[in-house]
Amino acid sequence: MYVAVKGGEAAIANAHRLLADRRRGDRSLPSITIEQVVEQLGLAVDRVMAEASLYDRALAALAVRQARGDMIEAIFILRAYRTTLPRFGYSEPVDTARMKVERRVSATYKDLPGGQLLGPTFDYTHRLLDPSLIGEDAVDEPALKEPGEHVMRVSDILDGEGLIEGDGQMPEGHVMGDLTREPMEFPMARDLRLQALARGDEGFLLALAYSTQRGYGRTHPFVGEVRIGEVEVELELPELGFAVSLGTVRVTECQMVNQFKGSAKQPPQFTRGYGLVFGQSERKAMSMSLVDRSLRTDEFDEDIVAPAQDQEFVISHADNVQATGFVEHLKLPHYVDFQAELDLVRRMRREYEPAQPGGKNVMKEAAE
Amino acid sequence: MEAVTTEAARTGEDAQIIARRRESMRLLARATLGELSAAWGAIGSKPEVAPVRGPETGLVMVRGRMGGGGAPFNLGEATVSRATVRLATGEVGHGQLLGTDKERARFAAIFDALFQNDAYRAGVEALHEKIAARLDAEDRRKAEETAATRVDFFTMVRGED
Repeated sequence: MYVAVKGGEAAIANAHRLLADRRRGDRSLPSITIEQVVEQLGLAVDRVMAEASLYDRALAALAVRQARGDMIEAIFILRAYRTTLPRFGYSEPVDTARMKVERRVSATYKDLPGGQLLGPTFDYTHRLLDPSLIGEDAVDEPALKEPGEHVMRVSDILDGEGLIEGDGQMPEGHVMGDLTREPMEFPMARDLRLQALARGDEGFLLALAYSTQRGYGRTHPFVGEVRIGEVEVELELPELGFAVSLGTVRVTECQMVNQFKGSAKQPPQFTRGYGLVFGQSERKAMSMSLVDRSLRTDEFDEDIVAPAQDQEFVISHADNVQATGFVEHLKLPHYVDFQAELDLVRRMRREYEPAQPGGKNVMKEAAE
Repeated sequence: MEAVTTEAARTGEDAQIIARRRESMRLLARATLGELSAAWGAIGSKPEVAPVRGPETGLVMVRGRMGGGGAPFNLGEATVSRATVRLATGEVGHGQLLGTDKERARFAAIFDALFQNDAYRAGVEALHEKIAARLDAEDRRKAEETAATRVDFFTMVRGED
């Protein structure tokens, strides 16, 4: 027999009404606009876009506002929204060599073509709370200088000497996978892993990346380069037979250079991990590149001895929408399941207690 | 223009026509609604425009390449709005751009169609120039801001000898 229990409707409606009230907050304060969120909380917007796996600054800002600043809730909302839209197609791969660079640093070469461009970075700030931001803040216009030469890729420098592995190819005949179209299967090819990592939770990937540095699957990394800037998105139009530009998206790319690997057939050379993320997020791009490298155990015949090397562990738990869904569902009514378990434990106690010296024969019915 | 096939398009004059149209579409995808509607308003005798498809919003899966230049992978999706229109004179125009602004996509399609019509091309080229000038100024400004954050290393000699 199945008995439906009802009665939550009014409570739910009022709870959502209360949520709307709390989201709006003190009515004597002006409501924040989407444009303000885009402009002034831009990195929150970027994180939501990256982990929702949907590039749209305005919609991501709306999600941040709707979620009261709860990032995973905002990511969830935006991820849900994308399922309502039709897929027009796949873009041409973006060309990060032609990026309009807004920041580029290398930890491996001091003097390299294009130079060290710090851009709008938190690095070298003192991380002191700035009371001047409490009120209206007047900010200086940025300094300007004549732009220098083309910002060359660090991997191309090492590649010229053959001291570093190539950009990474898939085996002949490999069909590129799409996580949004096929269920996950392991072992998972590197292209699919990169897609999963690109939308993976920043905190989770950061922790895994950190674990590799602390010795759990160490790869001895150097940041070959991190670059942030806009790249062009091109889509082939079948009705015309050529690709056209749709505009630009801002991405962060990290080329991690890792310690050598060689074999009888191949001379020792640096190996690489790759990170590419929507928006400005070098923490995420760096973490992704470290984890990408640590997961490439099959290519380098490495033993899997640490969590960050175990692709099933990493990829299955990187998606925070899935993770929060399964963890948070525990708070939903489980009354019947729990009653069944309660009955079971009572039965076990009835069998256990008489056997004890001086044990009671009858238990008080507690939770009814 | 519409009848140009993929094979024939790869040679000579056709390739030039395609290059010009690609550049036109690249600029139209970046035009603001203000630029588009002002250019539309400036056209004296407006042609009749019939919608063929959309405007509609959907998704394009953006691809990257492992290592920057290696095998492609799916990075994540982006919102894209697109429209197709036909002028009374027969030209078919396509508009497609990032974001959810359907009105801009519809305008981009109209100007793509107008670009193929000799009577209107000059007007579209004037719009191109306006968009390109704005984009160049924005890019220039950003590049200068970034250049100002370039590190100028110098070494200091310390100690004796």
